[in-house]
Amino acid sequence: MTIPSMSETQAGMAAAPAFDPRAEGQRLIKGWYASLQGANERKEPVANIFVMGNALEILRAFDFHLVFPEINSLQTGVRKVSEEYLRISEDYGMSPDVCSYVKADVGLLLKDMQHPSGKIPKPDIAVSSNMCSTFIKWAEIWERWMKTPTFVLDLPGQRAAGWEVRPGDERHRTDSRWIEAQFRDLIARCEKITGKRFDMGRLAEVEERTNTMVRHWNNVMALNRHTPSPYNAMLDGLTFIGIMNVYRGTAEGVEYMRRLEEHLRGKVARGEGRISGEKFRLIFSGTPCYVSMRRLIELFEVWGGTFVYSDYLTFAAGGLDATGLFYDTSRPLESLAEVTAIAAHRGLSHQFFSHEQLAQQVKDYAADGVVFHGIKSCRFVSSGMADTREYIARTLGVPSLYIESDLIDARYWSDAQIKNRVDAFFEALQQRGGAPGTQPAGAEAGRAQ
Amino acid sequence: MPSTATHDPEAQLVALLERCLAAIREPALPAADTLSAKFTGTLGFFPSYFPEEIAHAGGLFPGNLLGGGNRMEMRLADARIGSFICSICRSTTELALNGSLERMKVFITHPICDAAKHLAGIWSRNNPQQLAEILYLPQNVNSAGAVDYLRDEFHRLARDLEKHTGVVIREDAIRSSIRIYNENRRLLRELYRIRREEPWRVSWPESYLLLRARTRIPCEEHSVILAEALEAIRRREIKTQDKPRVVFLGGFCEQPPLEMLEAIDDACFVVDDDLLIGLRWFIQDVADTGDPFYQLALNYIEHSAASPVQHDEHKSKEDYLQTMLRESQADAAILAAAKFCEPGLDDQLAWSKDLDQKGIPHLVLEFEEKMTTFEQMAMQVETFAESLLFSLS
Ligand code: SF4
Ligand code: SF4
Repeated sequence: MTIPSMSETQAGMAAAPAFDPRAEGQRLIKGWYASLQGANERKEPVANIFVMGNALEILRAFDFHLVFPEINSLQTGVRKVSEEYLRISEDYGMSPDVCSYVKADVGLLLKDMQHPSGKIPKPDIAVSSNMCSTFIKWAEIWERWMKTPTFVLDLPGQRAAGWEVRPGDERHRTDSRWIEAQFRDLIARCEKITGKRFDMGRLAEVEERTNTMVRHWNNVMALNRHTPSPYNAMLDGLTFIGIMNVYRGTAEGVEYMRRLEEHLRGKVARGEGRISGEKFRLIFSGTPCYVSMRRLIELFEVWGGTFVYSDYLTFAAGGLDATGLFYDTSRPLESLAEVTAIAAHRGLSHQFFSHEQLAQQVKDYAADGVVFHGIKSCRFVSSGMADTREYIARTLGVPSLYIESDLIDARYWSDAQIKNRVDAFFEALQQRGGAPGTQPAGAEAGRAQ
Repeated sequence: MPSTATHDPEAQLVALLERCLAAIREPALPAADTLSAKFTGTLGFFPSYFPEEIAHAGGLFPGNLLGGGNRMEMRLADARIGSFICSICRSTTELALNGSLERMKVFITHPICDAAKHLAGIWSRNNPQQLAEILYLPQNVNSAGAVDYLRDEFHRLARDLEKHTGVVIREDAIRSSIRIYNENRRLLRELYRIRREEPWRVSWPESYLLLRARTRIPCEEHSVILAEALEAIRRREIKTQDKPRVVFLGGFCEQPPLEMLEAIDDACFVVDDDLLIGLRWFIQDVADTGDPFYQLALNYIEHSAASPVQHDEHKSKEDYLQTMLRESQADAAILAAAKFCEPGLDDQLAWSKDLDQKGIPHLVLEFEEKMTTFEQMAMQVETFAESLLFSLS
């Protein structure tokens, strides 16, 4: 991953047509939902998959429609209707203490798959990885309710702190072998469901497109190392990651990422940041609060604070940016297993040892602090967070803030409390000597056009 | 170990149970120098399953860490782990921070849930001198290759332990540990058989104490205790009571307090349960010939129990509960879940809906290891048991 030179960025800018990443992202997501409509009736195969560890390239090679239940759930939050889905599922008996994404999805099942974005088709197969253990319990619900055959893709992850796994070493070979064996099993099941023979050439084509997307994606991430940073990782980044997931391995996905990179290079070349007068560069650790994300960002931007990177952009996009690898399309299946194994180690399960990467990211992105967002219902990100925070304060002396809410459950958003904490954090940052004289500005006044 | 055998089976059992109770009273593992010379250190593992034979063969006493129970004071963990995490993870974090386990050499956790996986990170940040790992037991046991993968993972674990302790783990030593554990598991199966067939002979808390003692007493010594206890149980002169037969689910990880077991046992015969299922994971002996890593892996995949934290497409959660009910001829089920335990809560709901549909009576309970009052729960259980007896009469 390299930061481009100015001449490269200018060349990119000159070629760039007008591109609005948000509007284009929304258009694509709408198009994806539209393509799902009537899939069952048309007898087209449908697969439910998760964003972390999903064998997506294989499923695409079989022309499965891909349903991302996590995205369905988060969309209920974005569209401010999550409360209804959560209530229905709690009334049914789901515990308030389980992942709110699962509960929103149970609400969807109980509403006969009626989602604000249309009717969601029923899956012919579900692929769940073990990267978040909740995925497995979630898929068991589909198994139970819709008789969906579930394939649990077991990805052995990072075993310990300081764990090193290098492409081709013994650890990597052992894990890749196991993953490849599972891919072969999955392929046999997909052949049975679709009645189609697996086509290795198709897999290579899909992988080629994923490779191109990942190249752009890596550059997009690296571009935010510039000051000012061209985008906010936890606002604009949420649109980008949606496309990275939903359109991975497609021509539209490649085109979006190409234009996104071009667009951001243009901003960097012009010295344009997400906000004017960027004062504090922050790392966000955790998952978003989709019901209140704009408000949360506003609380930071009034102080000139922006999120230059978030581990969410890595783990919730399949972790491919962390591998340093691309698919070798001359050996598509073996290579898929090898890249998946490394992604599981470095891009997904590293979350359990997140202090290691955070320390690096603080350096890479020249960050002034880390914001931890603890989510009651997501133990995957939250269980070790308070301890990680203490560790990075103790060992790196990096200032940090801990706030708590939920992904899509508005009941856990406490505006006054969060605002107080954010304000206190910035006051402390100023006292440390960062960005002297910073005063909270009007939210809109602080934002670049 | 001196034998406690006496002519009075009741007195003998009491002595054995007191020994078990004393062994499990402390949340920490015993210090290696209080154990036989065979052990040069200790390894603490989080629930549910761990291949104890591998550690045992390497001179490490493997002890199942089971949180802090309801007597431990939480002083340090509150600031380090969310209030929305289950009690066993919170109190295990306390143990990691308060020095209780500082003499332990190795900490192993498993991918049973995300809170459990995070314990390896917490451990490594706070006790860097100890080896802290996640042992990736496969969540896909149905694809060909699962046994080979797990064999390699067990092998890797052995090499990591060797590197950390300097003790070579020989294959014949593992085979001999397998024999020791096979014997222990046979005795535990016998204990559970008695519970199913003659539940009045051994109360649920008694049986639990006997089982749980394996988490603090080396396996070979524990087998002696178990064998003597079984003998005493068989010789006991005790009459049956008029209590309904129930199975209990929800004890695969965080442990309900002993007082809760007593409250349930007062009203019901608990004829089967999933308490500490990881210690009883193998339902048949492990072969003590050939590659021991392979044999352990094979049993894990092919000849094992079931739990909410292991996915297996051939063992639906509803089916294994039905099998349990049928094989123990139980009248009803008690479906418990530890507070904030996502896998437990998910399956509790699924079981409850399934039993509703099948018209099988059940009671839903939530518990925490740190609970100290049980009156309300006792009343609930009593009412449930009375209604069962009424409907059965
Ligand atoms: S627990 Fe977290 S990572 Fe897992 S499904 Fe829920 S929101 Fe996603
Ligand atoms: S009690 Fe449940 S949530 Fe807690 S560690 Fe065990 S399985 Fe995980």
